[in-house]
Amino acid sequence: MDIESHLPILQVIIPLLFSPLVVLLQPRGLAWVATTAVCILSFAIAINMAILVLGGQTLEYELGGWQPPFGIALRIDAISSLLLLIVTGAATAAVLGCRESLNQQIESHRQPLFFAAWLLLLAGLVGMVVTADAFNIFVFMEISSLAGYILIAGGPDRRALLAVFKYLIMGTIGATFYLIGVGLVYMMTGTLNLDDMARLLPGVADQTTIPFAAAFITVGLALKAAMFPLHVWLPNAYTHAPHAVTVFMAACGTKVAVYVLLRFDFVVFQSADLYHGLQFSLFLMPFALLGIVVASAVAMFEGQIKRMLAFSSVAQVGYILLGASLLTQDGLTASFAHMFNHALAKSTLFLSIACLGMRFMDLRIDQLSGAAKSMPFTAAAFLIGGLSLIGVPGTAGFISKWLLIEALMEQGEQGLLMVGIVLLSSLMAVVYIWRTVEVLYFRTPVQQDTTQQGSEVVLSEAPALMVGVTLLMAALNIVFGVMPDVPLSLAEAAAEILSGARQ
Amino acid sequence: MTLDAFLGHFNYWVFAILLMIGFYAVIAKGNLIKKLVGLSIFQSAVFLMYISMSKVEGGTAPILQAGAVDPIYSNPLPQVLILTAIVVGVATLSLGLAIVVRINERYGSIEERELLDAD
Repeated sequence: MDIESHLPILQVIIPLLFSPLVVLLQPRGLAWVATTAVCILSFAIAINMAILVLGGQTLEYELGGWQPPFGIALRIDAISSLLLLIVTGAATAAVLGCRESLNQQIESHRQPLFFAAWLLLLAGLVGMVVTADAFNIFVFMEISSLAGYILIAGGPDRRALLAVFKYLIMGTIGATFYLIGVGLVYMMTGTLNLDDMARLLPGVADQTTIPFAAAFITVGLALKAAMFPLHVWLPNAYTHAPHAVTVFMAACGTKVAVYVLLRFDFVVFQSADLYHGLQFSLFLMPFALLGIVVASAVAMFEGQIKRMLAFSSVAQVGYILLGASLLTQDGLTASFAHMFNHALAKSTLFLSIACLGMRFMDLRIDQLSGAAKSMPFTAAAFLIGGLSLIGVPGTAGFISKWLLIEALMEQGEQGLLMVGIVLLSSLMAVVYIWRTVEVLYFRTPVQQDTTQQGSEVVLSEAPALMVGVTLLMAALNIVFGVMPDVPLSLAEAAAEILSGARQ
Repeated sequence: MTLDAFLGHFNYWVFAILLMIGFYAVIAKGNLIKKLVGLSIFQSAVFLMYISMSKVEGGTAPILQAGAVDPIYSNPLPQVLILTAIVVGVATLSLGLAIVVRINERYGSIEERELLDAD
């Protein structure tokens, strides 16, 4: 058998297998090298599969040769392929671009264990995306969550521990809600395969169990996805995590949960759940809109730069859900395009924060005065990432915001109101990004004590590798803003699959 | 609701009640260990739901036996799933307790109110 047909399983197996191995590697410096190699290899596999999927294929894989619905099936279509690119790309960028930042924040004897958890997080997130089995999604979700808790708890500040405890409680409740929902669907259909569920559910659509199952699954995953009122775990977790972990998780953590949410609600429940439309228009859409406004407003007044961007992430989840809750193909396309573009923008921003973190111990915004003088490249990357987050033409963020506004315009008067809200939130983004840029560029540097020893050092640019990766990500924001063909065609194909499930 | 309908769904009532007891403890208790106990009850309730739905009255384990003709057996799949979920629950609980130990080391307390005041 050729290797190509095994790509779906290799995507999961490679990080999973290497996770215990990196702990055993001697000398310990090799742990980073091995982790980076695995991340790059995973990214290469994801690209390879994206090429096959763009060529019109859907990759199917039967685990152990058991035919679905009896065995567990893996399936890579356009949606999974897009998400795989985001997840593996973010892991690669974060591990490459934060090497020195990790050395600074994680003691060297703990690094191998840290990287083991890193690869488990990667394996878990990737597993959630490739599998076509509802219970398998739960198992991978818990693998990724547990690994994520460990990584966040590695943060240097003791407040990381409180943040992670809150995340653990809320994350477990979310996952358990999902488990209850899957149990209810299994009760009605006797299957765990997503396609098989979708086939069998219309036969029992009159049972009240179905909307309850949908409700449990939606709320559980909304918790994992940090949808607005359920987002309270996110800001502290992102703020106190090591910078590298923030880059990784902010780029893809919540989006994978949104992916599972959309796949369940569209593919599995759409044909069977009479309340499918209501669930989106009365539940997800209002909260998405509220999240967009409230989280952006909070970000405007937030003093710590990581916390500010964490609240901005909550608002961005709102954009993604808003696009999907229109239930139109254009809306879904905007949603998926925004997943990709937001991952680019946020990872650029958090990478540049990791660079700033190399020189500034205190990341409150007013402490960063004049950083652009000593760290011009980092500040430039922050500026580009910020422009992309706002949605300035020429950057990736513009493409998806434009698509979202177009999709909203189709909705008539109600849509215009929502366009207004999106524009308002974009203006708020201008405010909070500009506030930081102003401090970075136009304030005179304050002499401050940046070393632990107490002696003054001259502020200088972050290490070359970090700056290089950060600038590369910033450049990608512009590349995909000018030539958005690849992510757009994946997003369009993904939207077609979801809206096609309606027939 | 008749008594029959209640007794007929006895396991599911226990599931719902346990779920709410656990959920209440997670939300209302200020002690982090008690929160984790609540979380554990919350998860265990779901195990009960899965096991209840697979049970067939008079059913045995799904093992082929010589001489047995068409034996009635319980659905093994939910039980296997719950075995996995129990492992996940144990892992979550132990990680949670480990974090509580670390919190106690760094803050000297595991009472939520004192922790929030500390920072």
